[in-house]
Amino acid sequence: MALAGGIVETAVPPIQRVHRIRTHLGLSIASLLAGLAVAAVTAVALDRFYDSLGVAGTARTVWAIGLTALAATVTVVLAACGSMAVARSVRAARLIPEDRVAARASGAAAKDWQWYVAGLSVTALVVAFFAFFLSANDGAVRDQYLNWDAIDEFLPFLWKGFWLNIKVFVVAEALVLVWGLVLALARIFPGKAGRPVRFLAVAYIDLLRGFPAIITIYLIVLGFQAGDVPPFDQLQGGTKLFWLSTTALALVYGAYVAEVYRAGLESIHWSQTAAARSLGLSYGQTMRYVITPQAVRRIIPPLLNDFIGLQKDTALLSVIGLLEVLNRARLTSNKLFNLSPNLAAGVAFVLVTIPLARFTDWLVARQARARAGG
Amino acid sequence: MAFLELDGVYKQFGANHVLRGVDLHVDEHDVVCLIGPSGCGKSTLLRCINALEEIDGGTIRIDGEQASGRGVDLDGLRQEVGIVFQSFNLFPHMTVLQNVTLAPRKVLGLTRKQADDRALTLLARIGLDAKARDYPDRLSGGQQQRVAIVRALAMHPRLLLLDEITSALDPELVSEVLNIVRELADEGMTMLLATHEMSFAREVSSKVCFLDEGVICEEGPPDQIFGDPRNDRTRIFLKRIIEAGRL
Repeated sequence: MALAGGIVETAVPPIQRVHRIRTHLGLSIASLLAGLAVAAVTAVALDRFYDSLGVAGTARTVWAIGLTALAATVTVVLAACGSMAVARSVRAARLIPEDRVAARASGAAAKDWQWYVAGLSVTALVVAFFAFFLSANDGAVRDQYLNWDAIDEFLPFLWKGFWLNIKVFVVAEALVLVWGLVLALARIFPGKAGRPVRFLAVAYIDLLRGFPAIITIYLIVLGFQAGDVPPFDQLQGGTKLFWLSTTALALVYGAYVAEVYRAGLESIHWSQTAAARSLGLSYGQTMRYVITPQAVRRIIPPLLNDFIGLQKDTALLSVIGLLEVLNRARLTSNKLFNLSPNLAAGVAFVLVTIPLARFTDWLVARQARARAGG
Repeated sequence: MAFLELDGVYKQFGANHVLRGVDLHVDEHDVVCLIGPSGCGKSTLLRCINALEEIDGGTIRIDGEQASGRGVDLDGLRQEVGIVFQSFNLFPHMTVLQNVTLAPRKVLGLTRKQADDRALTLLARIGLDAKARDYPDRLSGGQQQRVAIVRALAMHPRLLLLDEITSALDPELVSEVLNIVRELADEGMTMLLATHEMSFAREVSSKVCFLDEGVICEEGPPDQIFGDPRNDRTRIFLKRIIEAGRL
């Protein structure tokens, strides 16, 4: 009992606290019905998609089995989750007179099952939407994106072209790692004397990040060719184009990566610098042995993000005539009046970016764990 | 001539005048404790002596050599003056051994073998040689702070600055750190420490300075400062410490 006028005041008027029991029965029945409706829509959509497929023979049977299994799974799972929700709600209602706690627990379980239905329904509807979309106009849309013959014809060129993308990506990445660090260190160069250096670095970063990459690529690749800029004038044909393209991309992405490095360097607490300098280490030694090693560890995830961007942007090099995958896809597309090769080229990129993205996620999660544990 | 001499040291951060003319003399083998309320400038004063902060007025001399302003060999000065921080500031990407040997190798030019041997000897003295290959995050706060002390000692400083080195520690870990300081005092290491551990200050120091609002209000032998403070502000400060049960 709180003392009158004490720190814990008596509540005026007294608070009425109600402990309700919710069975969620109405929503459970609604979710069961909604789930069944979604399953029906999905089944119709998949059926339409199947009709629009331009495949024959064994492939057709495989598609039939796969799509039927998908429709059946969606129906069974949605119906099961909906039924569970209703069953838990009914049980909750039945338990109210006997055991209020168990009744509430059962009501909460019903709510969980309703959420399962909601989540699965949204997913099924998105799948259904794409199935409808692709089957529109008697499969004309599907034929534009998934023409098996066109993809078949393109495949050999795809590997040839994409191999070039990978080469550009790997070489540019190595250049960017070094160039970005140089720019970042220039950007945080200390003291009054460092001001012009900092200004130059900022100007470079602002400029190359502000310029659309495609313009920079035009200017550097075509300009350096026309102007016979050394050392590129010593190279010939494809090799020349490769190195010019790679350099252009590295110059652009160096600006982005410089900002990542800078953020990493500045994220290391000044007390680390204080500790290092107090031991007699010079500024350079402090950067080299204490700050940069810690920063590099921290920036690996954002760095990989930029690399995913760099890997995709190798496709920009198609505009200056490098025979990379997008250029080759376009050649085949134009010949066949069909977009499927472009989609196939896109898939090739995705196959590389997805593992890279998951690897990045894993690193981020691991760092978060390490911080929480430390 | 005292080993460390501060004359009218002045320091401001913007409009905030942290040190307003500090005069302080520390003789060789002295252990001087700085006490005073939070924000009175204890830490800033230590950081100025190590030239981690530039002073705005006055002079600092170490062994007669100018240690402030433009005419000072910063890296040389810092080799003579070690500092241990409240938050340890170990390098998290290096093992204990690498933490201790980095400066001796890169600044003093010792070989890895020489530096390792000396570091292991020092670590053995504080009972942490078994942890030499561990990273700092595997160590308790008390162990980390002991390593930080050894890291400073590995440079063989002639003056050791200790900046509230037990303030970030759990109470039961304080004694293991203070014991090292006690040993160093017995061995004659010249030390200047900012601390809130009043009974430790009374026990270990040869001189106690009460710092408030950027000046040293009162200084004297520990028994006089704690037993018979003459300055009003010192009295009020100590009264509050006693009320909090810390003395």
